[in-house]
Amino acid sequence: MNHLLRSHAPITESGWDQIDEEGRQRLVPALAGRKLADFSGPLGWQHSSTNLGRTTSIDGAPAEGLVARQRRVLPLVELRADFTVSRDEVLDADRGALDIDLDALDEAARQIAMAENVAVIHGWGEAGIVGMTEASPHAPISLGADYANYPSVVARAVEVLLSAGIGGPYGLALGPDGYTGVVETTEHGGLVVFDHLRQILGGPIVWSPGVRGAVVVSMRGGDFLFESGEDLSIGYDHHDADNVHLYLVESFSFHVASPDAAVVLSA
Amino acid sequence: MAQSAGLHEPGDQLSPQTIDRHRAITSLQEELEAIDWYDQRVDATADGELAAVLAHNRDEEKEHAAMTLEWLRRHDPVLDEHLRTYLFTTEPVTEVEKEAEAGGESGPGDGSLSIGSLKGETL
Repeated sequence: MNHLLRSHAPITESGWDQIDEEGRQRLVPALAGRKLADFSGPLGWQHSSTNLGRTTSIDGAPAEGLVARQRRVLPLVELRADFTVSRDEVLDADRGALDIDLDALDEAARQIAMAENVAVIHGWGEAGIVGMTEASPHAPISLGADYANYPSVVARAVEVLLSAGIGGPYGLALGPDGYTGVVETTEHGGLVVFDHLRQILGGPIVWSPGVRGAVVVSMRGGDFLFESGEDLSIGYDHHDADNVHLYLVESFSFHVASPDAAVVLSA
Repeated sequence: MAQSAGLHEPGDQLSPQTIDRHRAITSLQEELEAIDWYDQRVDATADGELAAVLAHNRDEEKEHAAMTLEWLRRHDPVLDEHLRTYLFTTEPVTEVEKEAEAGGESGPGDGSLSIGSLKGETL
């Protein structure tokens, strides 16, 4: 048994299957950051830091004539989202019910996915994570209010990356409103904006809950590094007569290796 | 078209995936057999320089075996699961088996949703 203590929960194997599948189905569409970044791991719950390959000088070694340096690492952060499941619903799952109420899990998944997206794309100062948009040295390009104009804006962003020597393909993270806008909008001549953007980018357009505005990034690899300790998992906390208290949890770090591989599109 | 003499069923009744795994398994067998042969020759020869050459060659076969095993792991989910259970552990191997079987009986899984990399996906 690992630290998630799942075998202590009053949930059968089929109940866990439904809970895990629901979590997976809710998380995968919403995890925008890992659709754009390189992923390494999972390296386990005990993995605590990412090697940056950098050092800091230490003045005053314990003996004379020495040069002392200390390794710099990026500590992993833990995210946890608690939720409850009714014990009656779990019993119904064992009876074969396929529509058990897992709304609280859905909300926990939404929250943890949004937090991961924000950390990766915009950064998380308190955790020492610099995001794609924070790191970018390029001047932001305004998206404007007209979705039909997005291809022109994205083409300018791609040109900025090309001019900086950053190869493609390129991906676009769009907040939910912007995503809906480009799916619904057609340009003069009837071309759907979404399809036009795909042609310009050569890579994915990613629905990105939590993202403000948009960002165009290179997908060539090696620029944005997401390191997973414990990948998204569901653990058991406690239970009472009515409910089982569970949680979604993960540990990760995020590191930008090439700040100039992203261009911010401001809302 | 020539086919492997090691196939035990008619080739036209086998899937391309099974035939590719057969190729990899046969290659792995050959690499492991070569390691064994080289080991014995290193022991047997009285010529130190020849022993060094043979040991070098033997160790290259180990690299080939590891590469082939990794290909098999990537194309066989059950082998992948067992290798993840047993490789690079430090407890007695039979203890690892007991722990793995005890975990399997409880039924809650390890908790990971196995999402991993989504790079390049859209939805």
